[in-house]
Amino acid sequence: MRGYGHSRHPVRLFSLYGSLILLALFVLGPLLYLLAQSFMTPAEAGQYPPKLLPSGLYTGGLKNAIETVPIFGFIVNSFVLAIAIMVLQVLTAALAAYAFVYIRFSGSRFWFALFISTMMIPWEVTIIPNYLTVKSWGWLDSFQGLIVPFAASAFGVFLLRQFFLQLPRELFEAARIDGCGHFRHFVSVVLPLSGPAAASLAVYVFLNGWNQYLWPLLITSSDAMRTVQIGIAMLQFEELTSWNLVLCGVALVLVPSLVLLALGLKPLVRGITAGAVKG
Amino acid sequence: MDSSLYKDKPEPVLSPVSEAGTPIAAARLRRMREQLLGYLFLAPSLAVFTLFLFYPMARSVYLSFQLTDPRGRVAAYAGWDNYSRMMESSAFWNSLWITVKFTLLTVPAGLALGLLCASLVHAAGRGSKLFRFVFSVPLALSVGTASILWMILYHPTLGMLNYLLGQVGIAPIQWLTDPSAALGSVSLMTIWMNSGFPFVLLLAAIQGLDNDVMDSSRIDGASMWRTFFSIKLPLLSPTLFFLAVVSIMSAFQSFGQVNILTRGGPAGSTDVLVYSIYREAFVNYQFGTGSALAIVLFALMLLLTAVQFLVLGKKVHYQ
Repeated sequence: MRGYGHSRHPVRLFSLYGSLILLALFVLGPLLYLLAQSFMTPAEAGQYPPKLLPSGLYTGGLKNAIETVPIFGFIVNSFVLAIAIMVLQVLTAALAAYAFVYIRFSGSRFWFALFISTMMIPWEVTIIPNYLTVKSWGWLDSFQGLIVPFAASAFGVFLLRQFFLQLPRELFEAARIDGCGHFRHFVSVVLPLSGPAAASLAVYVFLNGWNQYLWPLLITSSDAMRTVQIGIAMLQFEELTSWNLVLCGVALVLVPSLVLLALGLKPLVRGITAGAVKG
Repeated sequence: MDSSLYKDKPEPVLSPVSEAGTPIAAARLRRMREQLLGYLFLAPSLAVFTLFLFYPMARSVYLSFQLTDPRGRVAAYAGWDNYSRMMESSAFWNSLWITVKFTLLTVPAGLALGLLCASLVHAAGRGSKLFRFVFSVPLALSVGTASILWMILYHPTLGMLNYLLGQVGIAPIQWLTDPSAALGSVSLMTIWMNSGFPFVLLLAAIQGLDNDVMDSSRIDGASMWRTFFSIKLPLLSPTLFFLAVVSIMSAFQSFGQVNILTRGGPAGSTDVLVYSIYREAFVNYQFGTGSALAIVLFALMLLLTAVQFLVLGKKVHYQ
């Protein structure tokens, strides 16, 4: 936009865009390879030396992947899981953040510090007991087991609290004078206003849920409950011979995240940068 | 910060206690309701944290002093045995060393790549939006899909990478099966997969820099490189520092790519800490020693957080 005075010089301009294109090739290269492969016929994909571009837009591979692998089921599972976690986390975070900002109760500072301190516990440190807990409740291989442990997050509370603190206080005063209780104030004033922050959190949480690996790997065992990330990795070992099919599966799994990224890049970036300011 | 604005109003002086207890009682009731409501709003989060963070954290500590049967039930008290055996085992030290090497391979390179991309995108005029999207794309990648994709790229005889190397006359590399190459291969793929986050943060930080400072240094005749190293970099240091800490933490927690690409091998050359926890607990069913390893991970994270606070504390004074 505000291009640098320095870079107007043609040589500089050339090196600037040259480096950008090289870096973009490193970042996009593997994905372009994936895209090209998923439109190749099995014969083209198996060729050596490898072909760079498909001869046409062959969609048989993608269809085949949908038909032969329970990939559609994996996608549905991951959607259910990611959306449930997203809704729950935004809701629990909004409630807690509301309490920290608007409700005067003793110990609120202590609880906030405790909430923030949970960010220091790496999830991997708790997986063994969590696995044993979920197993003892009979929640292995179930949606509850996949969703409930992630129904709340300190990061979400922190992000929404920062946002609520910036809302004009007059609104709260006015609502109180109108005799509006906390619940009504929460539902009809704060929630509708928290759109942007909630959107940031939602995109972030959805992507994290969709991309989860270790936990679903531990607690799911049947094809009916597998999530995409695990399902696709299983595919790799079972059907090593048919790359084409595997790559088509990977492409199908990537589509939802890429679409979401394209639509939600702005709120996502806002969320990430807001999270980083905490220092 | 949340000042007395919302505190219940002080009792009106006009209604003395002796005359009627009711206003005070009402106020107390209101305050109690407020108190109750506060906990009610916190309850859902608190319940999840208690069940899935605090309790398991405590249980990890407990389990690390026990021997367990394969179903996870405590079989016998082990005392410090799990820890002392861990300290004596070369596999533990190997795993710790691999984790450190993996961190050194991924974090500085990842930050440098992010800084380079962000600076270039910021400097670009036309097309900067397109490049911004391109460099943000890895945010959508997951460890599952990214690992599979690279596994195929890394294939020793049919993979694209060895083919490209062959085109420029370089002998094929056994990316994932050569013990001296495997960790590097896993790191390269990790840098690629994680490159979105540093880019996004650094771009935001660069865009937030005061343009006047940059302009005036340029008018003073400072070269682009000089401006970059003596003005931009110091101004970006808080963001870079934050990113370094977060990336080190995430490098210490890496698991998926190792599990998919190498399973810790060949010859333990990619056996990072979380993978060894996983192997101990969920392959060998040694929940006690697995927990001891997890506690080590927790201690390391705590140390990193402490360092972060110390350095940041200094920063604040410094400015």
